[in-house]
Amino acid sequence: MTAVAPSTTMGLDNRKLGMWTFLASEFLFFGAFMSAYLLYLDTTNRGPGIEIFDIPFTSVSSFVLLMSSLTMVLAHNSHVRGDMRRMRLWVLATAGQGMVFLGGQVYEFTVFFREGLDLTQSPFASSFYFLAGFHGAHVAIGVLLLLGLYSLSLTGKIKPGQDVKTEIIGLYWHFVDIIWVIIFTVVYLIPELRV
Amino acid sequence: MATMTTDGAGPKLRPTKSTGFLSWVATTDHKRIGILYFWTVLVFFFIGGVESSLIRAQLAQAELSLITPEIYNQMFTMHGITMVFLVVMPFAAAFFNYLLPLMIGARDVAFPRLNAFSYWFYLFGGIFLYSSFFLGGAPNGSWVGYAPLSTNAVSNMAFYAVGLQILGVSSLASAVNFIVTIVNMRAPGMTFMRMPMFVWMTLTTSFLLLFAVPIIAVALFMLQFDAVFDAQFFQPATGGDPILYQHLFWLFGHPEVYIMILPAMGIVSEVMPTFSRKPLFGYAAMAFAGAAIGFIGFGVWAHHMFTSAIGPVPRAAFAVATMFIAVPTGIKIFNWVFTMWGGRIRFTTAMLFSVGFVSMFTIGGLSGVTHAIVPHNAQQHDTYWVVAHFHYVLFGGALFGLISGVYYWFPKVTGRLMDEKLGKIHFWSWLVGFNLTFGPMHMSGLLGQPRRTAVLPGELGTTVETYNLLSSSGVIVLAVSASIFLYNLIRSIRRGEVSGDDPWDARTLEWMTATPPKHHNFDVIPTITSRDEFWHRKYAESDQGIPVAVPVGASDDHDDHAGDGEHIHMPDPSLWPALHTLGVLPLGYGLVYANWLLIGIGAVWMVAGMFGWIIEPLAEGDDDEPALVGSATH
Repeated sequence: MTAVAPSTTMGLDNRKLGMWTFLASEFLFFGAFMSAYLLYLDTTNRGPGIEIFDIPFTSVSSFVLLMSSLTMVLAHNSHVRGDMRRMRLWVLATAGQGMVFLGGQVYEFTVFFREGLDLTQSPFASSFYFLAGFHGAHVAIGVLLLLGLYSLSLTGKIKPGQDVKTEIIGLYWHFVDIIWVIIFTVVYLIPELRV
Repeated sequence: MATMTTDGAGPKLRPTKSTGFLSWVATTDHKRIGILYFWTVLVFFFIGGVESSLIRAQLAQAELSLITPEIYNQMFTMHGITMVFLVVMPFAAAFFNYLLPLMIGARDVAFPRLNAFSYWFYLFGGIFLYSSFFLGGAPNGSWVGYAPLSTNAVSNMAFYAVGLQILGVSSLASAVNFIVTIVNMRAPGMTFMRMPMFVWMTLTTSFLLLFAVPIIAVALFMLQFDAVFDAQFFQPATGGDPILYQHLFWLFGHPEVYIMILPAMGIVSEVMPTFSRKPLFGYAAMAFAGAAIGFIGFGVWAHHMFTSAIGPVPRAAFAVATMFIAVPTGIKIFNWVFTMWGGRIRFTTAMLFSVGFVSMFTIGGLSGVTHAIVPHNAQQHDTYWVVAHFHYVLFGGALFGLISGVYYWFPKVTGRLMDEKLGKIHFWSWLVGFNLTFGPMHMSGLLGQPRRTAVLPGELGTTVETYNLLSSSGVIVLAVSASIFLYNLIRSIRRGEVSGDDPWDARTLEWMTATPPKHHNFDVIPTITSRDEFWHRKYAESDQGIPVAVPVGASDDHDDHAGDGEHIHMPDPSLWPALHTLGVLPLGYGLVYANWLLIGIGAVWMVAGMFGWIIEPLAEGDDDEPALVGSATH
């Protein structure tokens, strides 16, 4: 019994095309949140505003997240070469960096909350927590995917020839990174120019 | 080499029978999912119809108090939500599911389990929304759910926010699925410009969904957190801007209008050529007009907000854009007319409904252009003129087109014809009832009758009252007409005349298959050499351009017995999509009631379901197992 995967019209794997399509939609999702944030930049209801951000701290966690894209590429590269041991190593490194970033966000949110930036404080607070928080949720889902990839490659469910699976998760992961580049610029850097 | 369930020790929850309840729950066959959509739509259509009947009963006379204002608000809100999200959109999805792979010469959609996932999300979303009736009342802030009214005064709008979110996930998943299927799974030779027009419209609709759904998702998240967790997005007390909600809602809401109408336009573009015995007039212009509507559809949303504080420049810009979108729409209408022009028209019920679509939609389109004129718009805002307009495009438009599709493809799905005599009675009573119900609303709207008002004000005078009585009597005609349709449908499934494979002498690939189509659709995937492939296989053209029948068997890849020896790999049935999506119910209720335990249960359930889905063993080895296909996936 032979199961032949049918070739596709465009020559691109269906799952990869599906992920690209989904990511196109995700840009609109974050775009709408960013519009709301920019609209409410000064609507602080006498609570904390943009001066609350700690640029050096967030720069460090942003750097960690950006570097995780590098390890993601290395993981995919190892998978393509069939080197599953290295692939698992890089996948774990990527997930680890993602978790460092998430830890930084939890810390940051806690500090902001203690300084009076409550979700219910102002439209500024609500839109900041939503934009950064939904990005964090995307990172968390990415970490979950990476850990799934790691464990399934251990059990043998994901085989050396199936590097398209690592590639798809990589696409998602790079997207989450790119969105963070935009969020970091829009949320943290640009408003700072005005102060 | 790996053959039967050798990889991984995943949970083995796969029903093996191909009949019975469980086989439907576990189905990943696009045709069966399409049928599931269809029956679910009929149930919700009935409920939505009952709601509208209550509305019309209340408005039959001035100053009636048949139902309380509170119940009235729930009725018109749920009527709107039901007809938009639980009837017209999934009705179109039923056609997409059933027909899309057949029309492009594929054996299934790109992601069969994701397809099932979309259906279950739709079903559970609908059940979730309707459960609100038993949990303190249904949403009552209208289908637009304007904040902050919907966040403060109207607590049950949390069901609206979460329920629509669930339905949005369903739409997004199917949009991704259909786009990939159309782009990547066409039969050899089926270029974009050879695709049936219905496939083009499916593609456009899917892209609209892909870009519109995330925006409503954002609006709904904000609305829900404002309502349940005291976030401050739309609360003027802390500086929040209600206009932001309007922008976000209509940035989704206007493309949504085209999401509802384009599938019907696709259906009409298939029905009309078949029953006119002519190719579709202006195929390229039709495809282009559809794409143009899709693009411009994202640039006209603020015409819903001309009476809000958006300023003169946006008003002017959106007025021009709104008038402009009438151009591609007009192109389509003229192309349908020219398709019929000079054709050998057969007025079957399907054709009648398509003609009805074009005429009723044109009336709705003309009243639509009046919305683009800002002063006119300000006069008619929130009157029954608007109600008349959007029922002419959605009922007279979308629904007529979709019902036309039911009559047209019924023989392909069941192998039997629907009764034409009953069908024609259905059509004429439907047309009369529809115009009787919604025609007078133009007049009462221009005379100043406000919409979303629980009691018809007596001071509007007896003329308005008469118009309302006419509208309400029209509903009775529609109810009788719908019963005839239902009777015809059920009777024809059991006792309809046997149709054969190609009862209409049709033009597109789906009529080339067995009736009903086999599980794998095509024994041999056909090679496409022209637009209207099936037609060209049946007929050659004489010197005068008149079709001449080609002897049967002239095409070499239409062989019913080929492929008997060869194994065709089809997607396995799976219970995981249904199991996984069931977790959305605790999650949804948790979000409505701010109950963290329920949220946790739902989230863990869905993640666990996702992993079950991923590690589910395949019956025939992995698709991309390297030993089987070499480096084909690179």
